[in-house]
Amino acid sequence: MQTTIYAVLFYSAAAIFAGGLALRLWQYARTPVPLKVPTTPAPVTRAGAAFRVLREVTVFESLFKSSKWIWLFGWVFHVSLALVLLRHLRYFMEPVWPPVALLQPFGVYAGFAMVAALFALWVRRVAIARMRYISDAFDHLILLLLLALGATGLGMKFVEHTDIVLVKGFFLGLMSFEPSPLPSDPLLLAHLALAAVLMIVFPFSKLLHAPGVFFSPSRNQTDDPRERRYAPVAPDRTAVSKA
Amino acid sequence: MDRLTTEDSAERPLHPDPLECPSLAIGAMANSKPFPASAAHQTALGFPGELVENWQEKAIAKLGDLVRNNRALRFYLDGCVRCGACTDKCHYFLGTGDPNNMPVARQNLMRKVYRRHFTLSGRIAPSLVGAEDLTREVLDEWYTYFHQCSQCRRCSVYCPFGIDTAEISMAAREIMDHIGMGQKYCNEIIGKVFKVGNNLGLPPKALKATLASLEEEIEEDTGVPVRLPLDEEGADILLVTPSADFFASPHMEGLIGYAKVLHESGVSWTFSSHASEAANFGMFIGSHETMQKVAQRIADAARDLKVKRIVFGECGHAWRVAYNFLDTLAGPFDFLDRRYPVPQHICEFTHDLIRQGKLTLDKSKNDHIRLTFHDSCNVARASRMGDVPGGQFEIPRAILRASCNHYYDMDPDTIREATLCCGGGGGLLTDELMDLRIKGASPRMKALREVADEHGVTHMAAICAICKAQFSKVLPKFGFDMEAIVSVHQMVSNAIVLTGSKQDEEANEADEQAEPVPAVAVPAETAEPAQAANAQEEA
Ligand code: SF4
Ligand code: SF4
Ligand code: SF4
Repeated sequence: MQTTIYAVLFYSAAAIFAGGLALRLWQYARTPVPLKVPTTPAPVTRAGAAFRVLREVTVFESLFKSSKWIWLFGWVFHVSLALVLLRHLRYFMEPVWPPVALLQPFGVYAGFAMVAALFALWVRRVAIARMRYISDAFDHLILLLLLALGATGLGMKFVEHTDIVLVKGFFLGLMSFEPSPLPSDPLLLAHLALAAVLMIVFPFSKLLHAPGVFFSPSRNQTDDPRERRYAPVAPDRTAVSKA
Repeated sequence: MDRLTTEDSAERPLHPDPLECPSLAIGAMANSKPFPASAAHQTALGFPGELVENWQEKAIAKLGDLVRNNRALRFYLDGCVRCGACTDKCHYFLGTGDPNNMPVARQNLMRKVYRRHFTLSGRIAPSLVGAEDLTREVLDEWYTYFHQCSQCRRCSVYCPFGIDTAEISMAAREIMDHIGMGQKYCNEIIGKVFKVGNNLGLPPKALKATLASLEEEIEEDTGVPVRLPLDEEGADILLVTPSADFFASPHMEGLIGYAKVLHESGVSWTFSSHASEAANFGMFIGSHETMQKVAQRIADAARDLKVKRIVFGECGHAWRVAYNFLDTLAGPFDFLDRRYPVPQHICEFTHDLIRQGKLTLDKSKNDHIRLTFHDSCNVARASRMGDVPGGQFEIPRAILRASCNHYYDMDPDTIREATLCCGGGGGLLTDELMDLRIKGASPRMKALREVADEHGVTHMAAICAICKAQFSKVLPKFGFDMEAIVSVHQMVSNAIVLTGSKQDEEANEADEQAEPVPAVAVPAETAEPAQAANAQEEA
């Protein structure tokens, strides 16, 4: 029963995640940028602009300019999240790719770093008046959700082990459309439910900032309006409105 | 200095930190709003004269239209994670403490409506994601706080996603205009541009008289007949300047500077009475159509006067529109000489001449001035000069350093891309917003106070007409002289030694006494055709 519920949950979550994300990205791609609006000084070549976006994505350049504390917490969180996600790939493949296997030990440290950074981000959100003022309920909830996700994950690793072989079997089964039984440890079930919720809200919330940053005109445009005439194709208003 | 201070006071900085973050003062600026546009001012631009009956519906429809047609707006409304990186970056927040002046909070005023109507989460669970209907209260908040943003883009520099609150303010004003809730200052001025050709409503006749009296003034000063031509067909360059340059101070001193530099270059040039205004307030009100119409005048004037190049005078937002948008809005400009950038900034023009050694600048003429430079935000964060990124910072400074002996930069966190707005940009340069303007200027004023005390700085140069007007008004409120603000080309004007001028002859005489050299022939060529043209004009 519970295996079926989780199978259905993950199938729908994956569908909503992929479908929603594709829809949103398609929407961004279809929406024109009527004018040149890079925040200057900006790179004058396309390669330069791509490198600027890359710096934003990897080292959070602008955030670094703004405040070293937000940068530290934000960067540590995102890098550890990336490591943790990569580590989780092992539950979806057999045999495990050597690079993923190599990450295994770091992934565990990253788990701790992620939870610590999330906690710091949340304390910041609660303790600073400016942050309280700009936060809505969801901003708190999403942090708490991620914290809970991290905590349940670490819990399974260090406190209440679960049968990881069975879990892997469940996911490999899902991928071949032959679900196998899932262990019924409460920590695991909570962890998986939270993960599914995260996937479902991703395309419809601020979490969209992850892929969205590639579409930010102030960062991805080249500064070359005098060298190359900028004449975006006039939008097909009706087609876009229907989307 | 008194070294016997307690530890406590020793740690206290001598000057207040220009970027010091205030504590929140909720509602502090809730009563600051500009006068609404009258029905006549609204209809002149094609907007409804008063708040339309179904305003809510129309506003939402307009918002949807903007979001569907501008990826920047769409992503900026979606992408914010409330990280808070921008919260202490707006000069209006620093100056007022009103939390709605934190860039993200300002954005949230629109974001909450966008969410309610255009996102799944906002439709299903509005309270969870802070989504709200566009009520009358929300609309009033829009009017209040989207008119407390000078669209300076400082926040966008620090946002990890480059979210630019200016873009959102523009959209909000565009929506408000479309439901009949425009702002008087901007809309009245745009009306004048359409009717008369410039922001000040200065008719061609008055303009001509002004230019003639300036010519006289320069000739009296230098003995050289420097011309300020108007509507001269076939000139090489069309010079487009903010109309404040024609009569306000220190703008006019800057204009004299352009004229002297252009004279010295030997290139023929002209103003246009049809496009006697560089400013484009269409940007401030976020109206693509208006901005396009205003920009079109310049293209038309260039075509009519058969010029080869377009050069812009000192104006911040005008340069943004010119540099980034002109070609898109009113181009292509194939009829111009493509060996020169289209358009060019007067600073680029002057800088080139300095580099080629074609200008004689006597720095000592500015020895009574100890100077700093205010990077105008639209130039700094929304344009470029020269070939390399950051030229907009280096070129004006290079010109100033070539024109005076005493130059000092302000706190590095308050200049260049981090520059603080003057507090009067973005269509807020109106008397009823004076309180906001003074508070918004305070971070810049503190930075100026630092260099004034540390380096004895007496003057600050700017390359934006709005900055100059704003500073002349607010400087006295902070204990500075109102004439402490100068134009970049005013410094050039002071220092330049025109060929064949009184100053030139004095210098030559001094040279001759020092070491006899063959007398340099005064090149009459530059002056003569100009005089001929003058006679023709009068005939
Ligand atoms: S654009 Fe400038 S004035 Fe507007 S919110 Fe950002 S920092 Fe403030
Ligand atoms: S810096 Fe950008 S993402 Fe962060 S709160 Fe401000 S607008 Fe939002
Ligand atoms: S007036 Fe000057 S400083 Fe102020 S917004 Fe415009 S360019 Fe920026």
